[in-house]
Amino acid sequence: MQRKLIQKGAVGRGSKAKDFAFHLAITLVLLALMVLTLYPVLNTVAISFNDGTDAIRGGIHIWPRTFSLESYKGVLADEYVFSAFLVSVARTVVSTILNLVLTSMLAYTLSRTEYVLRKFITFVFVLTMYVNAGLIPNYLLISRTLNLGKSFWVYVIPTMISCFNMIVIRTYIIGLPDALVESARIDGAGEFRVFWQIIAPLCLPVLATVALFVAVGSWNSWFDTHLYNAGKPKLHTLQYLLKMKLATTQASSNAALSSTSALSARNTTTPITIRAAITVISALPIMVVYPFLQKYFVTGLSIGSVKG
Amino acid sequence: MQKNRASLPHNKASFWHTLIQQRQLVLMSVPMLLYILLFHYAPLWGWITAFMNYKPSKPMFDNLWVGLDNFKWLFSRQEFFLAIRNTFAMSVITLVFNTVSAIVLAVMLNEVKQRRFKRTVQTVTYLPHFLSWVIVVGLAQSMFATDGAVNQLLMSLGVIQSPVFWLGDGKYFWWLVGIIHVWKETGWNSIIYLSAMSAIDPALYEAAEMDGAGRLRKILHITLPGIKSTFVILLVMNIGMLIGGQSEGNFDIPYLMGQNLLIDWSQTIDIFVLKYGISMSQYGRATAAGIFKSVVAIVLLLSANTIARKLDEPTLL
Repeated sequence: MQRKLIQKGAVGRGSKAKDFAFHLAITLVLLALMVLTLYPVLNTVAISFNDGTDAIRGGIHIWPRTFSLESYKGVLADEYVFSAFLVSVARTVVSTILNLVLTSMLAYTLSRTEYVLRKFITFVFVLTMYVNAGLIPNYLLISRTLNLGKSFWVYVIPTMISCFNMIVIRTYIIGLPDALVESARIDGAGEFRVFWQIIAPLCLPVLATVALFVAVGSWNSWFDTHLYNAGKPKLHTLQYLLKMKLATTQASSNAALSSTSALSARNTTTPITIRAAITVISALPIMVVYPFLQKYFVTGLSIGSVKG
Repeated sequence: MQKNRASLPHNKASFWHTLIQQRQLVLMSVPMLLYILLFHYAPLWGWITAFMNYKPSKPMFDNLWVGLDNFKWLFSRQEFFLAIRNTFAMSVITLVFNTVSAIVLAVMLNEVKQRRFKRTVQTVTYLPHFLSWVIVVGLAQSMFATDGAVNQLLMSLGVIQSPVFWLGDGKYFWWLVGIIHVWKETGWNSIIYLSAMSAIDPALYEAAEMDGAGRLRKILHITLPGIKSTFVILLVMNIGMLIGGQSEGNFDIPYLMGQNLLIDWSQTIDIFVLKYGISMSQYGRATAAGIFKSVVAIVLLLSANTIARKLDEPTLL
């Protein structure tokens, strides 16, 4: 008994030093990881607030060398950028609302075990995660058959319901007590009312998660603009505009670009700082919102992937 | 519904009867069913264009049937084989990098006891997931430029003597794609492993401690076995996507970062399809390449699933 106690004490002391070293190592690695993650982002923010011609010299790290707001002034005064910003906001808002309403309504019906079509509809939806017709047939359907190309609705309609999000919401609804629905039905509420007045309010945490997923997806996409609306500058989105800036500044930062672009008319901005400013503007809305939703999406993601 | 299945006619009648009773549920779900049939199943009809010399200006069946000519054309082109090679190379590198980095991060976060620090690390490492691929590729291009931070760092450490042309040399391309993926998704991918770890019974750790197991031993013998089933399920899912599945990064990074100079390393099957299908309007040939991709994806998914089942691991299907 005594020996055991002594032994345990010895182990305890030895492992304390080891524990400390272990924790120190992990802390240092994680700190390094945070630096690696943040550096490219902060670097771009610093460049966006820097004077344009000065920025060409390079050597800016995470703080602007010659502070200047000219890039932002130039970008925000540009009508093309402003219109792209509005299109991005509009597509994100409309997509998110439609997605939430349609997906959660469907998820509710598929959570009702007594619903006769439940298995069939679930199967049809789950299969879409594995069967995909591919780019060309989808393109032909959307732009030729349905004639959705060159319109705002091509940003919304083809991605209105996602199977993954449906499963996430359905799993959450199944976890709610059945008695809620039962008692509402006894009180004479119809399905739509049960869904809208009882289930939907209780689903707020999972709806916040799905809203974030949908909003991020819609805000960040550029390929639909590239494919369907490239010829319509009025419908260009912020990400598409940034993609084009990326291509032009990458190819060469030649004078042709700065002479054609109204943005670079001032001496104090250059393609580098303009690009940085547009990057910051197009990342900002999500960066501001997502930390507040962190605890929701962490659970949402775990539910959807483990049990789905 | 579950009452009796013995007499079919009665069952059938009760099916329609229940359906009418449940008309509100039908109203709330059948429009979505029609939607998904139109947008996800109707395009499958377009697969027949792979066997035609298809011109969209003509009605579908006025087009010339060409049998397997489009497929023969594909497999006679070295460009297509290069695209297959590039797709697999980038997917495999990305899959390995992503899985290892996510598990390592999750294990480390799982060991951190200070709540605040853990949360801060999580918030920071999840951040890049929310940036668009356009932004991420832009950031990568400035980091890996000849006068970018990566070259500066490596030169000041003495690893290299002169700047390396990371973005313009094909031999670095696949690895850059992997590294960019890791930068963007490690934090996000660790979430699922972390939640699997939180489901491990704490009594296991206590018992191991009693037996004198150190930290590393506990990680090796409890934490890692505890996330095995999650690991296998994700692996099966991802193997189905090796040929360029739904992860947008598989298309976006090579498309946004590739230049004509690098095309032998950067062109994936999706980019090949886009080039021939949309830019050159060779719909039949591009659809054939798309079908090839879908078929390989299904075969990969099913074989990975079968292997997992044979090994007595949890399966997806």
